[in-house]
Amino acid sequence: MKPFAYHQPDQIPDAARLLTSIEDSKLVAGGMTLISTLKQRLASPVALVDLSKLGSLKGITDGGATITIGAMTPHAVVAASKLVQTKIPGLAALASMIGDPAVRSRGTIGGSVANNDPAADYPAGVLGLGATIVTSMREIAADKFFLGLFETALGPGEIITAIRFPVPLKAGYAKFKAPASRYALVGVFVAQVADGVRVAVTGAGPGVFRVPPMEAALSSNFDPSAIAAIKIDTDGLTSDIHAEADYRAHLVTVMAKRAVDAALS
Amino acid sequence: MKEPPFPMLAQGKVRFVGDMVAFVVAETPEQANVGAELLKVDYEVLPSVVGLLEAVRPNAPQLFDDVPNNICCDWELGDKAAVETAFKKAAHVAKLSLVNNRLIGNPMEPRAAIAEYEPGTDRFTLWTTSQFPHVVRFLMGALVLNIPQHKLRVVAPDVGGGFGVKQFHYGEEAVITWAAKRVRRPVKWVASRSEGYVSDRHGRDHVTEAELALDETGKFLAFRVNTLANMGGYLSTFGPNIPTNLYGPLLGGVYTTPAIYCNVKVVFTNTVPVDAYRGAGRPEATFVLERIVDVAASEMGIDRVEIRRRNMIPKEAYPYQTPVLVQYDSGDPMGCLDGALVAADVKNFGVRKAASASKGKFRGLGYSTYVEACGLAPSRFAGRLGARGGLYESATVRVHPTGQVTVMIGTHNHGQGHETTFAQIVSEKLGVAFENVDIVFGDTDRVQFGMGTYGSRSLVVGGAALSKATDKVIAKGKKIASHLLEAAEVDIQFEAGKFSVAGTDRSKSFEEIAGAAYVPHNYPLEVLEPGLEEQAYYDPVNFTYPGGCHIAEVEVDPETGTVTLVNYTAVDDVGTVINPMIVEGQLHGGIVQGVGQALFENAVYDEGSGQLLSGSLMDYCMPRADHLPMMKVETHSTLCTHTPMGVKGCGEVGTIGSPAAVINAVVDALSHLGVTHVDMPATPNRIWRLLQNASLPVAAE
Repeated sequence: MKPFAYHQPDQIPDAARLLTSIEDSKLVAGGMTLISTLKQRLASPVALVDLSKLGSLKGITDGGATITIGAMTPHAVVAASKLVQTKIPGLAALASMIGDPAVRSRGTIGGSVANNDPAADYPAGVLGLGATIVTSMREIAADKFFLGLFETALGPGEIITAIRFPVPLKAGYAKFKAPASRYALVGVFVAQVADGVRVAVTGAGPGVFRVPPMEAALSSNFDPSAIAAIKIDTDGLTSDIHAEADYRAHLVTVMAKRAVDAALS
Repeated sequence: MKEPPFPMLAQGKVRFVGDMVAFVVAETPEQANVGAELLKVDYEVLPSVVGLLEAVRPNAPQLFDDVPNNICCDWELGDKAAVETAFKKAAHVAKLSLVNNRLIGNPMEPRAAIAEYEPGTDRFTLWTTSQFPHVVRFLMGALVLNIPQHKLRVVAPDVGGGFGVKQFHYGEEAVITWAAKRVRRPVKWVASRSEGYVSDRHGRDHVTEAELALDETGKFLAFRVNTLANMGGYLSTFGPNIPTNLYGPLLGGVYTTPAIYCNVKVVFTNTVPVDAYRGAGRPEATFVLERIVDVAASEMGIDRVEIRRRNMIPKEAYPYQTPVLVQYDSGDPMGCLDGALVAADVKNFGVRKAASASKGKFRGLGYSTYVEACGLAPSRFAGRLGARGGLYESATVRVHPTGQVTVMIGTHNHGQGHETTFAQIVSEKLGVAFENVDIVFGDTDRVQFGMGTYGSRSLVVGGAALSKATDKVIAKGKKIASHLLEAAEVDIQFEAGKFSVAGTDRSKSFEEIAGAAYVPHNYPLEVLEPGLEEQAYYDPVNFTYPGGCHIAEVEVDPETGTVTLVNYTAVDDVGTVINPMIVEGQLHGGIVQGVGQALFENAVYDEGSGQLLSGSLMDYCMPRADHLPMMKVETHSTLCTHTPMGVKGCGEVGTIGSPAAVINAVVDALSHLGVTHVDMPATPNRIWRLLQNASLPVAAE
């Protein structure tokens, strides 16, 4: 790990100011990706701006038709939240499947969403539920937020403060874990909301994406059988030592069916 | 055999990713890393080859100018003509092509070392994570750095796991020892996990074609095996010995196959050197044999258990001379099989299979009735096979004046619990309380020359030396007691820590005898030296042959291709069991490592660049607790006829028996679809691909 300056601001504007004023500075939330990158000397930021002292970024609030989760809320807290378990059980289940207990206790929803790892779980939940990303500057709809491999709509100095999830009618997540990393080889989040069904896939390609044919089929019949015959085009899907593109494509259908099953159970 | 030199730092040509090019010594690790990043190496990219089949093709990139076709050696064993004759008479010939996947050992503690040089005495000390400090002292001192043995101390204290990976002398040890003298400061080096992936010696990596000839009743007539074995970029310490001497002699298995021929071509490639990894050659041999037995059974329509029974060496036939050098001294493979069939509840497998089927899952059962050769090794035998070291072991039993005991032993403990097992042996033999026995190992200044730990040899060879040294202590104690008790030596008995005159109540305790030995006032000094310390070396007269029957039960999810190991049963013959808990622990760990090879682990290289693609725990899947069921582990022991305590060794049996059991179970689960073989690891993607191919309509010829 190369040396770096370390800041621990207690106000969001201070954090944003540090981030914009120090060139090559980085935010650190749970650090589950960043710290190992630093240790491998693959990144060498001049300064780290640690968000852990920003109390307003933690916690889960009930907004009736929505649930808002503070950006610094660890996965384990979301997984164990009675509120999330009751209103969006699929999201609590997703949080419980991330990494391992150590990762779930340190890793945060804001960090995961901002990093936008192509195999992370939260992007599927955020996109699948059509959540809103609340930042220090504005609100961004999930459909406009995830731009591709590790890329998001976040601008310079912009900090995610919370994610606001609409409470769906039903929602479920099914994940096929990569055996070694436990990231999603393929993860599918399915949500039945007031105006239809959303299906979001993580792990299969360079970034989270929706599957309109499955959404259409499930909108008319919210049952696994409705999508059993829908094949995913392998174009653009990832092929690596863990899984070939056509296997990933196959898993999208299998996991989507299982996510619907989970949503119905 | 071609033996190109393996320089500490690459000379002119880098032969694998991870080959050391330069090293940087600095005040802090951070400075050293910065220094290393500043080094600019001017590489000219040469063509490379990582795969075995590619490396032996004509015009393949050649690693060494004087090693044509990259073939290090072309080795054979067995009676080729007898095998050919037998194949001509065969009613059936079963054929199998398979790959034995490359593995990376991943001990929990990465390799690490500290070297010191003391100018006043001109002595070097190397602290290193080694499984055999004396051998490192010899190899590095005598063959690499030219340091006299008495000027070099190698210390390997408790080491955090080895599995073979820490058995070899590594270049890092030599460069830091050299550097310590140059900079007149201790030099420390610790491998990162990533560094370990590209520098710890790898294991396995074979491509094999095998054929089994059978008569019309399913009796094995002959077995022919052709193997290409990947050596990586250089020869490591034991390198070419593993796929030859520790492979070919195991191809007889527990069967009466009268004729066996094996050819192994050992091949250089641009990959990390391959050397011994838990099991070393024997899991590869067992996998080939136990797989082809299943293939033959299936093709001939004979039950897999029945075909094994028809060919097994009966208990009464031991000692049994195989056609591939080795002579098994003892064993009861049929007894292990019978025990395992009961323990695994095979008779109700059909019920469990039906239950799986009702959930849309395929269930399979797999057998591996195997034997291995361990307790390395009879030195003469090893010498005839080309080994360049002796393979005996040494132990010193030092009885202190107050009766407590310190044992100096040449084996090395890196997680096996030797302190417990060895202390139990001494405590039981000498009647000294367990807590009054201390076991010392891993320091060339404290312990006499010893060969270290590998090949399941610690108890078998080291324990035998210890047993012999302990016997010498008792023999000398009897002489002292005979003097003190004024009785003939032949009338002195030793039992439960007491020397007594037979038929009388006169006796001396072990402590009294120890005291007399060190305060020899009333002592036969004319005929007996004072002191009570004995040393013994033990050179085994044969290998030991533990073995057994492993039964794996798997469930396959055809939708995702996921294989779940649902039951695992092992009934093993490891000879005398000294500590049941340690034996069970060794079996558990060994089985898990074999299951890892069968289902999860795979070292993968990029063919174009020669880069290791599975170079981290994120990409190389180690078996985890939630991958495994509770295992049933039992012993069915016959005693080894040539080791002092009847022990056979148990460190590797789990790893040797299990891959074949697991893959045989996977193939069984898929056999209704026409699947006859599955290469390791049986990953979900691989199984799904097989199912896809199986479900496609067969094209018209």
